[in-house]
Order: sequence, then C-alpha cells, then structure tokens
Amino acid sequence: MKEKLNKAVETIKEKFGAEEHVFRGHVTLILNREDIVPVCRMLRDEFDFQKLTDETAVDYYQRKTPRFHVVYQLHSIEEDLRLWLRAPVPEEDPFIDSIVDVYPNANWYEREIWDLFGVRFKGHPNLKRIMLAEEWEGHPLRKDIPVKVEETRFSFNWEEIDLGKKYVKREQDLPPGEEKEDI
Amino acid sequence: MTTIHDEVTEVSLKELEGLVSERAIKGETMLLNMGPQHPSTHGVLRLLLELDGERIVTCRPDIGYLHTGIEKSMEGKSYQKVEVMVDRIDYLNNMGNCLAYCLAVEKLVDLDVPPRAQAIRVILCELQRIASHLIWLATQALDLAAQSVFLYCFREREYILDIFEMVGGHRMMATYIRPGGLWRDVPVEFEEAVRDFVDHFPARIQQYENLLTENPLFIDRTKGIAVISGEDAISWGMTGPSLRGSDVNWDIRKVRPYSGYEQYDFEVPVGKNGDVYDRYIIRIQEMRESLKIIKQALDKLPYGPVRSNNRKFVPPPRSELGVSMEAVIHHFKLWTEGFQAPEGAVYVPVSSPRGELGVFLESDGSAKPYRVHWRVPSFANLQAIQVLAKGHLIADLVAIIGSIDIVLGDVDR
Amino acid sequence: MGIEEKTGNLGFVTTTLETVVNWSRTRAMWPLLSGLACCAIEMMSAQASHYDMSRFGMELMRASPRQSDLLIVAGRVSTKMAPVLRRLYDQMPAPKWVISMGDCASNGGVFNNYAIVQGVDQVLPVDVYVAGCPPRPEALIHGILTLYDRVRKEGIADWA
Repeated sequence: MKEKLNKAVETIKEKFGAEEHVFRGHVTLILNREDIVPVCRMLRDEFDFQKLTDETAVDYYQRKTPRFHVVYQLHSIEEDLRLWLRAPVPEEDPFIDSIVDVYPNANWYEREIWDLFGVRFKGHPNLKRIMLAEEWEGHPLRKDIPVKVEETRFSFNWEEIDLGKKYVKREQDLPPGEEKEDI
Repeated sequence: MTTIHDEVTEVSLKELEGLVSERAIKGETMLLNMGPQHPSTHGVLRLLLELDGERIVTCRPDIGYLHTGIEKSMEGKSYQKVEVMVDRIDYLNNMGNCLAYCLAVEKLVDLDVPPRAQAIRVILCELQRIASHLIWLATQALDLAAQSVFLYCFREREYILDIFEMVGGHRMMATYIRPGGLWRDVPVEFEEAVRDFVDHFPARIQQYENLLTENPLFIDRTKGIAVISGEDAISWGMTGPSLRGSDVNWDIRKVRPYSGYEQYDFEVPVGKNGDVYDRYIIRIQEMRESLKIIKQALDKLPYGPVRSNNRKFVPPPRSELGVSMEAVIHHFKLWTEGFQAPEGAVYVPVSSPRGELGVFLESDGSAKPYRVHWRVPSFANLQAIQVLAKGHLIADLVAIIGSIDIVLGDVDR
Repeated sequence: MGIEEKTGNLGFVTTTLETVVNWSRTRAMWPLLSGLACCAIEMMSAQASHYDMSRFGMELMRASPRQSDLLIVAGRVSTKMAPVLRRLYDQMPAPKWVISMGDCASNGGVFNNYAIVQGVDQVLPVDVYVAGCPPRPEALIHGILTLYDRVRKEGIADWA
C-alpha cells in the first residue's frame, strides 16, 4: 500500500473508528453512515482525493443485518490511488447523508441509488427517479425482486404468453395469401 | 379503452421547481424539450432546455429511456453466461466491455492469461477504439452538416467489423474475449487483414482531416465552444478524451496498465483549451496512436496458447473431450454449474474510447455474481453537460453533445 | 432514362390502381430516423456507404414522424421509452408500417427483466420481424424487401 493512502486510512480509522478491509489490493473502509460527509470532505481537502469515481449500493437481503451498503470510490489522480468507502444503511430507516456538496457529480449516482435500491439521501437537491419512469413503484435492484419477468416460452404455454400482448398477430390474422411457415 | 400513449405525463410547473431558474416559472424564459427522439442526441436522450432567446440558461438531461436493467439480469446468470450482456452495454465498445469484465473475473478468481491472448486482446480493443471513434466522427460531422465524412467513416468501419467477424463470427457482439483468455485462437488470415488495415488507414485519417481540421465552417462551430477547465472536469468525474481535452494527461493505459499495455510505446494526446475542437483533435490523434499500438502488438505477437490452463475456471478445448474423462467432467461442471468465485469485491478500470470503464464485481462465493456495477464513462461525462452547455447557443448544443461522445446504452445500462 | 423512353410514343400505359399505388409506396418509403440501441448502429451501417439502403428508395431518413412512412424499431424498448414510441407511431400519417429490428425489440431478447418491454408488439402493430442480435444490414434489407412484398400485395380493401 502506498504511503499517502496508508496515511489517509490510518487517520480515518483513528478519527472515525472505521474498519479496514483489504481484498486483492482494494482498500475498503467501513464507516458509520453519519460520518460519510465529514470523511469525504477530509479526504478531499487533506488527502487530495479530488474525484468521486463511482458510487453504488449493494443489497445484502437476508445476509447481513444492515441491509444496504452504499459504496463510494474516491480517486486521487496524481498517484492513481483509489479508496473504497462503505456505509451500511439499515432497511427500516434507509437514509444517508448526501455528499453532493463535496463532490458535485454524486448527484446522479445518488439519484440512481435511490431509484434502483430505495436508499434516500438527506440533503440531495433533486432526489427523483433517474432511470425509471416517475410513476414506477418499487426499487428493482433489491434482491427480493425476481430477476425474470416473463416465463420462458415452450410449446405448451406460448399461446398464453402471446395472449397478453395486444398487437401480436396470430395465424387467423394473416392476410389470405400468406401461410404460416412450419418451423 | 386506454392505450399506452395516454400515460405520457404532462410536465407541470411544480415538478420543474429546482430544475430550472425562477424566470422560467414566471414565464420570462422559454422551456424547450429536446428528444428523446431527436436526430442529434445520439440515441434516446432527452434534454430539458431553458432558453433566453437563443442562449441556453439551463440544460437538464433526462436519461433512462434506454434503461435495460443489465445489472439486475447479470445477477441471474453464471459468470460465463453473463458475458452475452456485457457486449450490449456500450454497443460501440464491445471488445472493451468484454475485456473489462474478463479482467474483473480474472482478478476475482486470480486467473492468469497467456501472453498471446493478452496481445490479441490489445489489438482487438484498439481496433474497437478506432471503430468507436469513427462512429463518433461520423455522427459529429453529420451533426455539423458534413455529410460526406459520415459515409467515409462507415466505409472504414466495415473493414474493422470484417476483422471482428473473422475472429468472433459476429460483426458487433463477438463475445470473443472470455475469462482466462480468448474463445479460440485467431484464424491465419487475421494478421494479414490487420496489417492491411494498419497500412491503409493513416491515409484515410488524413482524408478526414483534410475535410474538417482546417475547414473554417467546422472551426467556427467548434472552437471556444463548451470550454471546461481541468479542475472542473475532474470534479465532475469526467474521463477519457473529454478530460484530456482540458490539459489533464491521464489515461488508465498509462497509469495502471493492464493486458500488457506497458510494453507498447505510445503517447496520450492532450489538448490545451478544453473545447469541442480540442476533443476532436484528440480523438483523431488517438486513432493514430491506436494504430501504433496495433502495429507493435502485431510485431511482437508471441506464439502459444490463448487460454489459461486452469481447468477450474476455463473449459478444456474440444479436442480433449474425446480422449480425457477429466476434461469431460470439467466441461460438464463448467457449462452446467459454472465456477465459484471467492467472496469479496473487486473493481477493474479499463480505458474505453469514452473514458474510464470500470467493473465493480462483488461475489458471495456462489457461481453467480452477487452484484455487478458498471462505472460507465458516458454517465459521468453526460452529467457535466449541465455545465458545458450553459450560456451557449442552442445551435451549438449538438456539437457539445457530440463532443463528449455519449452512448446511451452506456449511460443507462 | 425513365418510363417515357421505354414507352416511346405510346403516350399512356394502362395498369390497375392497386399496382400503381403500391408501386409508388414501395419506391419511396421513408423510414423514421429513430434509433434506440445497438441495432441503430447496424441501421446506420445499412444506410451508409457499404450497404446503401437508398437502392430501395430509402435515401431519406426523416427526423420527424410526420414525414415518415416506416418505423424501424431498432433496439431494446424500455418501459420508459414505450409510451414515447407509441406517440411517435401515432404521429405518423397513414399508411404506416413497422419493422421490429432485432431480438430485443421482437421479444425482449436476452433481457428478460423489469426494464424491457418483452416484445414491441405489446405497444405497436408490427408488420415484419427481423431476427438477429443485432441483425446484419443484409438481414435488415431482407426485412425491408419482405415488407415491400407485403405492401405490393395489398388491395384496395386493405387501404381503408
């Protein structure tokens, strides 16, 4: 681990009681969700992490007790240092402070997390759905929502599936000159 | 009977609060909707513009019209089968997407890749970069009313697609790069075809440059448009040519080389002013640098296997199946159950034609990825258009959208 | 070079109304310039120098639905885009046709998930489906020629 990154990690651990994990060279700090804004501000101002490269969330449905982890990736360009921050967010009260004031590009990332995971960001200027339509209900990237929506078609059920589609043309709808091809 | 089109919701003034300035609510400035169906938005991007005369006061992008749910679908498939979707995220950078994903899987399970496979990956990704920049140049020129460049660029792109078809059997979605190496070795004609392309292409770049670089119409519409400083570009998370246009020399191929990029000698073109014209020059130069890399990689192309020998993660070749029981077992295990990855999360960035493309891959120890997140360059770059477009004429907006080179499949995923 | 040279001094040709109307419809069927995803790139390729769809009377892609006859649904249709696509279709003047290009538009393709409409025929009446992910430009051209065949067979009764 590089010296500068080491120093940043030690400082955060000391001041905010963060927990450090290293996997395949990735340094991850697990923080309390209340500390995320001061930690980000400190890393940006004192340790030169001037860019938020990525922000996302992971849903540990029925695996870990704080259900969501919001994952931040901070980036210091000069030495290409990357630091991951994780803030656990419980299911009952899915709130975390927004870091838009520190990194302006967190805006869309946080909207995306709200849209797909349902984690709310306090102090976000415009927390609306970004990927899905406004009237969508639910948060599809949560693990309790199934991956597939349509059943696989087989010879015994394809007609039922087709009936749900309004404009599907069936054999009787074909113009008289055309026959259905045998496949 | 209600048809679906009745459900298009009208935008009420209340919804606009906070998005546009006070003057728009009072009716002093005009609100204009651009897209999602518009010839110059490069896909299904919707922009909400607030105009004072012809000047743009605020520009709010509305994305999600191509949201595909790829990240969700990936959670339902095993590590090898996920790759089909990887191609279709950024559909102008298929090889690069596959490379990013494969590097992430290889990092997660600690898999080695033979040098020949690495060199071929580099060649293909650089060809893909050229193909992507050609599409960008074609559409950018078309938006600025230079029709013939469009036709020329597509002419050259077909050569690259022919090479992809030769190696992978598909023009765009070859899925040729696989975890642990490549699908198979390249055919014997590959080297000749690539050399042929590398020999002919510099003259073609010159042809585009003759049409555009010193063209006063083109310069008038691009110089001094959408200027952004290096610090602003970094704080908005911009990467790739859009960042390098603002005099920041930063490329993942240099600072964090992957797939053996450290062996090749190439330069990272950097602009000075950070305007649309500089980004154009950088992309043209990048095509030349890519040719340099391809040439070196071809000259050094080592012989040997193209797949890792680790049978736990890479299926055995077809020829072994008839003679080895062990190979049959591995083959069966890998194509039914898949391989299990250790628990943990990795992130691998690669340099896509648009910037930093990263894969965040989290595994829970099973045969399917637990969470895949794509850190896509277009998403970050497009966010900065709110700053870039401010104060410019509405006619310049198409040049600005073109200059940050967004792909909506990449933005929305 | 035109029909007047071939016919010489005849001055007139006789044909049926159906033939001449369908002939004129197929010779200048302008598609809507609307691409959604990957297939749009192949649609652009089909339009560009190598494949050159203007051989079939399609040199103009109109950006406005009011001026176009053919909607090529090129790419995956998300639930957010489907109402917009329907509105585009409704804005097109009749007669109008729809080609569903690619697997994602035809039946959802590999994306069987919450975001994608499982087949654009839930929203629009489709005339021709083109298979492939994405289809080659040749496949798209074949789809267009198939559509032309159908249009040529239309009778006066179908026009109403």
